[in-house]
Amino acid sequence: MRENLGDRVFNAANITFLAVVAIVTLFPIYYVVVVSFSDPTDYLQRKLVLFPTKWSFASYEYLLNNKSFMRSIGNSLFLATVGTACSLMVTASLAYAISRKRLAGRKIILFLILFTILFNPGIIPNYLVVKELGFLNSTWSLIVPSLSAGWFVILMKSFFDNIPDALEEAAKIDGCNDLTVFARIIIPLALPAIAAFGLFYAVMYWNMYFNALLYLNDYQKWPIQLVLQNIISDSAAGALMEDRLTQQPPPSEMLKMAAVVIAVTPILCVYPLLQKHFAKGVMVGSVKG
Amino acid sequence: MNSTVTAANEKTVIPRQKYHLGKRMFRDRYLYLLALPGLLFFLILKFVPMGGIVIAFQNYSHYIGILKSPWVGFDHFIRLFTGDQFWLLLRNTMAISLLNLFFFFPLPIIISLLLNELRSNRYKRVIQTIIYLPHFLSWVIIVSLTFLMLSVSQGVINQVIEMAGYDKYPFLTEPKIFWLMLTLQSIWKDAGWGTIIFLAAMASVDPQLYEAAKMDGAGRLRSMWHVTLPAIRNVVVILFILQLGNIMDVGFEQVFLMGNGAVSNVAEVFETYVYRMGIQQGQFSFSTAVGLFKSAIGLILVVMANYMSKKMGEEGVF
Repeated sequence: MRENLGDRVFNAANITFLAVVAIVTLFPIYYVVVVSFSDPTDYLQRKLVLFPTKWSFASYEYLLNNKSFMRSIGNSLFLATVGTACSLMVTASLAYAISRKRLAGRKIILFLILFTILFNPGIIPNYLVVKELGFLNSTWSLIVPSLSAGWFVILMKSFFDNIPDALEEAAKIDGCNDLTVFARIIIPLALPAIAAFGLFYAVMYWNMYFNALLYLNDYQKWPIQLVLQNIISDSAAGALMEDRLTQQPPPSEMLKMAAVVIAVTPILCVYPLLQKHFAKGVMVGSVKG
Repeated sequence: MNSTVTAANEKTVIPRQKYHLGKRMFRDRYLYLLALPGLLFFLILKFVPMGGIVIAFQNYSHYIGILKSPWVGFDHFIRLFTGDQFWLLLRNTMAISLLNLFFFFPLPIIISLLLNELRSNRYKRVIQTIIYLPHFLSWVIIVSLTFLMLSVSQGVINQVIEMAGYDKYPFLTEPKIFWLMLTLQSIWKDAGWGTIIFLAAMASVDPQLYEAAKMDGAGRLRSMWHVTLPAIRNVVVILFILQLGNIMDVGFEQVFLMGNGAVSNVAEVFETYVYRMGIQQGQFSFSTAVGLFKSAIGLILVVMANYMSKKMGEEGVF
């Protein structure tokens, strides 16, 4: 197909503009990766490093030898695995139950869940309930309030809605009850979708900041986000200095950048998997509810 | 196909309404068992706190408990509305939300229009992969990146400005541009992500429409205007109304993390105020009242937005 001059100019401008958008998006990430891997003395001399002339792992060595930093990564990995598993169990079983049209009371339950999306009683009542339950200052204070969420239940339910009743009827004739149907038929059938929800939960747990700020005083239980924020703001140099090594630490900017890179890495690792699933989820979530 | 199968099943295999409620519930006992953990979760962690908002009308003290704390009626709300802070909080919240609405909202539409015009699918996928990524980064990371880019002492942008021979600019501590910084951050994080929904709507446009437009002599811009834009009109209207409904929500984490002493006057919004008064100063009743005011307005706005969306012939969200 022949294109006229106007079309060609438009195409070129369009490609260039979108390339600029992509560069603006990537540059901050690229920059922190490059600086965090460059040589400390080289960095101090040149200040502006757009491409490292000398590579070095000094910042990473320092952070990976740092007890409180590594402990916070452990805490966040615990959240992202155990928390995700708990959340999936609670959310999937509830979503399946209310996706069965024969269940008496499902309309009321659905309405109540929808209401929790629309109305949030606010920070303080939530805080007081977690406090009364005795979870304050415990890792469970990050997991229990996030076990489920209205949107997740409704999204999962709309997925289970598509599983026909005929399947479970067949299984019931073979002697299954609802529990065994769920465990042996529905879960294997829905495994790809459950895995996708699991990824979203895992990212949510890894990124968790606010609840930790609210519920955890004990810095030994802090997740990575809270420790990272302290490293960046310098307010609590103690976050890193608990076991200061005898050697001269790398410049603080480099440590900060290395810490950011470490905190981003797990997200980058699961990103290709996330990308496969999210377009569908967003469509269901934002248009149909 | 599926729906006919299920419909047939409901009539033949499971006759609804034929059993009494008690029998139906007994028949489905294992389904209720499956739902139980989730129901307990929603009851204890979502509905008990809703009951907890009564302390907004009390002088709640932890030592006496909710049942015995003295009732004070609307005193805390009166204190909120008559205090100096109220107008400041409202102004900051509105400013941040409206800036988002005017600068952030159109961008995903424009970017998705441009992506839709790309001839190369591979290039399109590469750009999409890149611009969706920041959505998954936490606010802590985004604020960290902002700091490492823009701070006076360590930011790379300021180093470039200095090398070019100009004075460094205090991007993070200048109250005048604080709201704009928040908007730019939101754009960096979510403008790419926001294109997904528009691209999905554009994908459903019949290619014949573009052919017809071309036959009639329409150029690229005109067919974008007359074919693509009308196709996504519904989605744009729904999302815009929803945004209006969420105008009271500015997101605690971003504002709290970006705040500092120099910008405290423009960085205090309802959520951060509740955190400071409630968690840091222990004024549970007053801060619950502030939170309740915010949530109640939010609920009214969202319900109104949904009503409007239906009224205009669009699909509601609930």
